[in-house]
Amino acid sequence: MLLAVLSGFLLAAFAPLLTRMAGKSIGWLLAVLPASLTVYFASFIPQIQGGDALLIEYTWMPGLDISLNFLLDGLSLVFALLISGIGTFILIYAGSYLKGHPNLNRFYVIMLCFMASMLGLVLSDNLITLFVFWELTSITSYMLIGFNHEDMDARKCALQGLFVTVAGGLALMAGLILLAVMTGSYSLHEILNSSEALGSHGLYTAALICILAGTFTKSAQTPFHFWLPNAMAAPTPVSAYLHSATMVKAGVYLMARLNPAMSDGELWGQVLMLFGGATMLVGAYFAFSSTGIKKVLAYSTVMALGTLTLLIGVGTELAMTAFVCFLVAHSLYKGALFMIAGALDHETGTKDITRMGGLRHKMPMTALFGCLAALSLAGLPPLFGFIAKELLFEAVLEAPFWSTAATLAAVVSAMLVVGVAGLVAVKPFFGKPGNTPKDPHDAPLGMLAGPAVLSVIALLFGLLPFIPQNAVLLAAMQAVYGQPIDTYLSLWHGINLPLMLSGVSLLAGIGLLTLWPRLQPGLYAVNTAASRFGPEAGYFKVMEGITHIASWQTRVLQNGVLGMYLLIMVAITFGLTGYTLITRYGLHLSLQLGDSHFYEWGIALLLVVSAVFASSTHSRLGSVASMGVLGFAVALTFILFSAPDLGITQLLVETLTVILLVLVLFKLPEFVNLSSPFERYRDLTVAVFAGVVMVLVVLATLDIQYFESISSYYIENSAPLAYGRNIVNVILVDYRALDTLGEIFVLSLAALGVLSMLKLKAEDQHKP
Amino acid sequence: MESLMAYVIGILFAAAIYMMLRRSIVKMVIGLILLSNAANLLIFAVSGMKRGAPPLIPEGASAPLGPVADPLPQALILTAIVIAFGVLAFAVVLIRRAYEIVGTDDLDQMKDTDT
Repeated sequence: MLLAVLSGFLLAAFAPLLTRMAGKSIGWLLAVLPASLTVYFASFIPQIQGGDALLIEYTWMPGLDISLNFLLDGLSLVFALLISGIGTFILIYAGSYLKGHPNLNRFYVIMLCFMASMLGLVLSDNLITLFVFWELTSITSYMLIGFNHEDMDARKCALQGLFVTVAGGLALMAGLILLAVMTGSYSLHEILNSSEALGSHGLYTAALICILAGTFTKSAQTPFHFWLPNAMAAPTPVSAYLHSATMVKAGVYLMARLNPAMSDGELWGQVLMLFGGATMLVGAYFAFSSTGIKKVLAYSTVMALGTLTLLIGVGTELAMTAFVCFLVAHSLYKGALFMIAGALDHETGTKDITRMGGLRHKMPMTALFGCLAALSLAGLPPLFGFIAKELLFEAVLEAPFWSTAATLAAVVSAMLVVGVAGLVAVKPFFGKPGNTPKDPHDAPLGMLAGPAVLSVIALLFGLLPFIPQNAVLLAAMQAVYGQPIDTYLSLWHGINLPLMLSGVSLLAGIGLLTLWPRLQPGLYAVNTAASRFGPEAGYFKVMEGITHIASWQTRVLQNGVLGMYLLIMVAITFGLTGYTLITRYGLHLSLQLGDSHFYEWGIALLLVVSAVFASSTHSRLGSVASMGVLGFAVALTFILFSAPDLGITQLLVETLTVILLVLVLFKLPEFVNLSSPFERYRDLTVAVFAGVVMVLVVLATLDIQYFESISSYYIENSAPLAYGRNIVNVILVDYRALDTLGEIFVLSLAALGVLSMLKLKAEDQHKP
Repeated sequence: MESLMAYVIGILFAAAIYMMLRRSIVKMVIGLILLSNAANLLIFAVSGMKRGAPPLIPEGASAPLGPVADPLPQALILTAIVIAFGVLAFAVVLIRRAYEIVGTDDLDQMKDTDT
């Protein structure tokens, strides 16, 4: 299982090489992996058919309670099969759609990484692992939307998608952690099997808001739906795969996954129904009023995501049946329709539906499969989409609350979707031949394979619904519902209310479709006017605000004045040190006068006077000379207090320093007062404060001895082991010889630097 | 003696930081020297100051006779003195070079990268 999930990443590493070697047939070659994964996952069907869940464990970071456990039950298996199954055809399709594209190798790398991340997401049992895969899908999606990275619009849309989904992802992380705090476990199957009622827990509302913020942004629920249509800047294979069939369903997956645990609070159902219903209507309306074929499909995806959310919110047994069927039906027809849309775009050279028409003569096969998929979208018998739609109507009619409103929303959106299906199937393929930039032909085999298989499956599932039902759908329904479900899918339910609603929406949809050419300009004008106030406008406002804050903060903090940086650093460092010292240790100022000789007082006085003089004089020479005095006083201190080596070194270095300063600094200008009195007093205050903190630190250090000195080891072993009698020297050249070597390197480098700078100057002078 | 040194070190640090906050780059270098001296004295003082007991072993003995000053901080300070001198030498030449090119020793005038 681990290999199955990670194989995508592995293959991604070799994809560029394979792309170069395989040439035109690369799509077919790479598709072998998802195809075999599909077979692999299908082999689990007998084990989980009865509603059992398989747990496959790998430990990863046991100390942090993070494991690579995989949970395979009906729901994750349905998703895994969709991801690998549709992925197979997408890879084939991309090979043909992007034939000869210079960045095809990169495309396959990201695409395979995405596929692996998505599989990891739906199969993870651990919440943290799930979140990691969740973020990986956001990142790969970002790179795929911005695949045409030289196009500024594509970059902008990619960034928008990333910001929206990652902002939600951040909330999701908080939500998942809260969930783990509530249940005491990071493991999904433990959370789902725990009998605790989460609804009455104090953290329930907070966790719910955080988790839904994550799933709503990922699954493009209103008001976050705007990033999804913009994501259509991606190449069509990406739109077909990520932004209809798989990634945008990650949010839906997580809601369905957590439904058994979270649904005992009333808020869950209400929020999901409200947002789901709103998204359904918004998506259906915009799908109907757009003209770009990909935008139409994108908005109808938004509508489908809303429907799925609504169904989870309804929460009845019937709603879960409808949820699973709608999920599968949508993935099948939407994947197929996107690939058809790409084929149309590829062959005709335009994305605008108003310019297409009568293409069924020139592209008969494309037209056949396109119409088949569109019939499923419209929810007409005998396709699987029909079963899903009938179940949707049944479920909302029997919803425990808000039933009337939900039914009304479902009928209206079904009506609009019939119109949408007409737009994508009737408009391009029937009617008068349109005026397209390119002379169209039927799409090549690689581009037709996907739509053909997916739409035929949709037809088969519609005619023989017991096949998918017995295989995985029943198990998936149980996983979402949390209890065994007994249901039987069939195409014909007899003449009942849902069928009548279908009929009404079908007729109204056809009516709308005939009116479309007249309605469209008006709708377009309304949408343009409304877009100034929509959520997307809000997004741009927020982004602008962030830029403003960033530039303001840069102006204030990163102003390029070194002194300011230093002042802030010193003030904060010493402020925090002083605060910690006083709160933990207290304020103890002590001075023992009796333990010092008079000449030691003299040296101390010399140190203080020379330091104060060096920093207050206006004369450069005075300053340098008093630095010399200070250095010699330090040397005296060393010598008086048992450190003869230090004293000698200090004397040598101090002599050299004074010579160096006198030689070099006197080529620089005289001291002038550059700062204003205010600045000087401000700096003086900070400096004095730092000095006081240092005094307190030294006194505290003298007072408390936390550890024994380790020097006794050196003192004892210096002569017997290292054969040296000056212990300081033995430490430097023997015990810590490597340090000394490093020191020699540093000095040599400094010397080289000095030399080269002096030499540079000499060369400058040769220039005219 | 250590408690007296605590106050001396405090004054040295104050003087060093004040000088390092000046806009004149020469004053900043003087601040740097003060700071390294202050730091060395700090290490020296907090490890305990002993009079007339250098960490030396008399000829023929295998260990010092009686207690001696702690040799480890001394070794550290020795390294610090030498490194500080290396840094100083490099800084001084660099500053001179910068002054030749930029024509000012005011740090605030040097804040742009291209001159």
